[in-house]
Amino acid sequence: MPAFLLEIGLEEIPAGMVAAAQAELAERVHKLLVRERLTTDTLQAMSFSTPRRLAVRVDGLLPRQADMEEEIVGPSLKVAYKDDVPTPAAIAFAKKSGVEVSALQTIQNAKGEYVTATVRRAGRSAADVLTGLLPAEIAGIYWPKSMYWRSGKPERFVRPVRWLLALLDEEILPLEFAGVRADEVSYGHRVLHGDQPIVVHAPREYEEKLAAAYVQVDSEARRHRIRKALDAATRQISGARWREDEELVEIVTHLTEWPTVLLGNFEKEHLTLPAEILVTVMRDHQKYFALEDENKNLLPYFLAVLNMEVDAAGEAIIRHGNERVLRARFNDARFFWDVDQKIPLIDRVEMLKNVTFQKDLGSYWDKTQRNREVARQIIDQFDPPIFDADSVKFKTFCSGVDQAALLAKTDLTTEMVKEFTELQGVVGGLYAKAQRLPDGVARAIADHYKPTSQEDSLPRTPAGSIVALADKISTIVDMFAKGFQPTGSKDPFALRRAGNGVVRILIENEAVRDALDLVSVVEAALAPNSMNNGLYENAMNFMLDRLESYLREYRGVRLQVARAVRNSTIAHNRRGVEFRFFGLDEFRFVGCGKIAEFASVLNVEIGSPEIYAIAELLKRTVNILRQAKERQIAYGKGGYITPHQEQPEEERLRLKTREIQRAIQDNYSNGKYTEVIMAIASLQPVLDAFFNTVMVMVDDPVIRSNRLTLLAGTESVVRWAADFSELASI
Amino acid sequence: MAAPISVLTKTPLTFQELLFQLQQFWASRGCILQQAYDVEVGAGTMSPETFLRVLGPKPFRVAYAQPSRRPADGRYGQNPNRLFKHTQMQVVLKPPPDDIQALYLKSLEAIGIDLRQHDVKFEEDNWESPTLGAWGIGWQVMLDGLEITQFTYFQQCGGIDLDPIAGEITYGLERIAAFLQDVDSIYDIVWAREPDTGREVTYGEVRLADELQFSVYNFEKADVEKLWQHFKLYEEECQSLLAEARGRLGDTEDSDAESRSRLPLLAAFDLCLKCSHLFNLLDARGAISVTERVGVIARIRTLAVGVAKAYAAQQTQPVNA
Repeated sequence: MPAFLLEIGLEEIPAGMVAAAQAELAERVHKLLVRERLTTDTLQAMSFSTPRRLAVRVDGLLPRQADMEEEIVGPSLKVAYKDDVPTPAAIAFAKKSGVEVSALQTIQNAKGEYVTATVRRAGRSAADVLTGLLPAEIAGIYWPKSMYWRSGKPERFVRPVRWLLALLDEEILPLEFAGVRADEVSYGHRVLHGDQPIVVHAPREYEEKLAAAYVQVDSEARRHRIRKALDAATRQISGARWREDEELVEIVTHLTEWPTVLLGNFEKEHLTLPAEILVTVMRDHQKYFALEDENKNLLPYFLAVLNMEVDAAGEAIIRHGNERVLRARFNDARFFWDVDQKIPLIDRVEMLKNVTFQKDLGSYWDKTQRNREVARQIIDQFDPPIFDADSVKFKTFCSGVDQAALLAKTDLTTEMVKEFTELQGVVGGLYAKAQRLPDGVARAIADHYKPTSQEDSLPRTPAGSIVALADKISTIVDMFAKGFQPTGSKDPFALRRAGNGVVRILIENEAVRDALDLVSVVEAALAPNSMNNGLYENAMNFMLDRLESYLREYRGVRLQVARAVRNSTIAHNRRGVEFRFFGLDEFRFVGCGKIAEFASVLNVEIGSPEIYAIAELLKRTVNILRQAKERQIAYGKGGYITPHQEQPEEERLRLKTREIQRAIQDNYSNGKYTEVIMAIASLQPVLDAFFNTVMVMVDDPVIRSNRLTLLAGTESVVRWAADFSELASI
Repeated sequence: MAAPISVLTKTPLTFQELLFQLQQFWASRGCILQQAYDVEVGAGTMSPETFLRVLGPKPFRVAYAQPSRRPADGRYGQNPNRLFKHTQMQVVLKPPPDDIQALYLKSLEAIGIDLRQHDVKFEEDNWESPTLGAWGIGWQVMLDGLEITQFTYFQQCGGIDLDPIAGEITYGLERIAAFLQDVDSIYDIVWAREPDTGREVTYGEVRLADELQFSVYNFEKADVEKLWQHFKLYEEECQSLLAEARGRLGDTEDSDAESRSRLPLLAAFDLCLKCSHLFNLLDARGAISVTERVGVIARIRTLAVGVAKAYAAQQTQPVNA
């Protein structure tokens, strides 16, 4: 079985794009082989990458496609023969298909009788197929950002393609892409090997030949080698360990072809700067790994990953250079720190007028005022209240939140954040502490951008959570008010990320999880005068989308369950039951944390036949109600009237509904979610009997409307917790 | 390529020798050596030798050292790593040769950097200037953890898609000199060494006064009112030159080669550069509010794009010529 090798030689690919491109090339080649019938059971594919190359090797493909018979349908029998004599149409078809007219056959299909030709297609060789089709596959690789380089701009690619290596066993596949014709030649490490070409005679030689030219083409092996080298370098300092940083390991893996690790150090006095700043400088700006002791305190050392192998003299030179750069950077940071302290945060509030937040929403000063107002509103929405409103504690808390909201953005005017933008918030917190503001305020400032990603932690305190919620939800609502809603893959203001942050805080944060819900934060962000054009509905729908996606991604809840919970009354409004009947429409607030817990339990329970049965019935209920609405049949107005014609099944449903409403709400509030679901399931025999005996759509408009009202009431009692009709499709 | 001159690897180059070597290197690769452009610019890219020459189909290679003024970056000469005016060695190769990266690495050897004793990486860093309607794809070149060069494949300039594209290599001369000479402050860089006495002239002796006095002017003394007036006057003059050029270039009856080539678009571009520098000064003075900022950038961009379009049209022969 032949082996195949393709290597695309490039100028340095951005580190963040290498892994995806490597995977895509491998997948494209594999799919091509499947599509072209060149695979075997023993087929094995491996892919490789370095900053300067993407490669794939396949062992055990077929040398050529099998021959194939294909039946081609031609003209209809009537057109093909007149009086059993082949017409010109039949002759032309036979000629086109490469068969004798006498070899034409007839078939019967849906449209009638047709003439067919059986054509033998000779399989093409793997070499022909690959040479012909690979260029399109290379051209099809997705790049987040690509460029032109040749005159006439014939193609775009991530960076200029400089060579192609394509072999089928020892045969060169003369494919062409971007003006480069494939050969059996590759190139090694720019410096360690130099410019001289490397001849690769056969696919199996690839890794070995390149390794001899100081290129480790297997990115996994390179990652492993970097980790080992980091460990080894760290062992030079007793008791030290390098700060684990998977993302940084990934970056340096894709920045190197022949990695080695170098240990450097810096002056101990720099350790007086906060660790957050030191690590940001090392990691984000220099791609260095930090070293720490057993207690996670930083040590005055760093590890740099080089794309080089040098002797001791060379290492000394490179170490000296890297230490010099780091020292200058730390000196800068110290300088920024000292300069920044000359203007305390409180005096920087006014300076925010000169920092744009968003062109249509004004400056960060405007944003600050808005955040303060929304934070106040959120505190008002707490249910139960966070502290007794008249207490000293409450007043202290409110003024702390307000101070944090006031100062949260001021670090944007500091030299430190202008230089290290990723430290926004963190620097504010550090400065607040240095300026002897209360710890709670400093922490709230530091945390108010949190969570910035799926993996990021949440604000640590209630005050931090409130400022974080205010900052995010006001951005979302204000952007929506200006018409900047995310559409499809476009979300230029990262509103989805902000929304995800709100949902995560509401669900996971101890301080707020039982006291706030989506409605309360959205309402807090709606200025009284902006209740226009369905802004509330738009913002609320967006937040419900975020909730649904949270339940799916973080809680692993099934789509239908996520939808059922999303459509529940408690998730998206608080008006309790839609129909006032039996006097049981009392308002009951449920925090977001409980909603997520309920979803998890429901996700486990839905396997049972009982749930399925009640879901079916409720789906039927929803359909009846929808049809009634479509036919403009009025119901619900004036509530349910107990009529004298009430059938026993009707009465039983009414009583059952009343009974389970109490059970659902009480159990939900007490976190007894299985009981909630059991209560809903217990409706099944009653509702079933109702449908079997009671005719809803009778001619008498009064009785009809009354029965529809009863069904609507039952449905809304269940929907308070979850829209069970969604679960019928599982 | 011969091995680097051995004496250079032992005694690091002075600032001016560094410049000589790079000029020598690129001149021997077919670059025209230009002097720095004598209008204030924030970057070597803004010199017409780059901004205008990358437009159109004509191949072109140039190298020059451009003092680049960024008023807001001034630190009164007190910060060892930051300057109001730094020097960019700008090399433009249009179209870029296939071995442009290898050429660049050789230029490092030419200034005494033995690549076998250093760690060089090309890390993604794309370049964009909204003010100039220009962007490109490329890298920052890291030498032992120090960013020494911005390497860009120009894709668009003055809002015009380039064909062919140009390769732009921008060396930060002060950084490289400080690295070669192993000094911690830019002001300690040896600018020149007297051949007879060996006396060293430092960067500080040559430039410190610039840094101090221009920081005072840029941050404290520049008259905001007058800066705005200057801005307006330059803008108006540029606009009127552009209006005339547009009329002439669009008019097929009046498009003989001579009258086209007389259109003073190079002067219009100087006026645009003046506006750009005035904007930077106003910015350093903190005189541009948030709401104004976007608008002012758009005004400069209008000029830059206008000049680029007219210049490109001027380079093209009229259809009936």
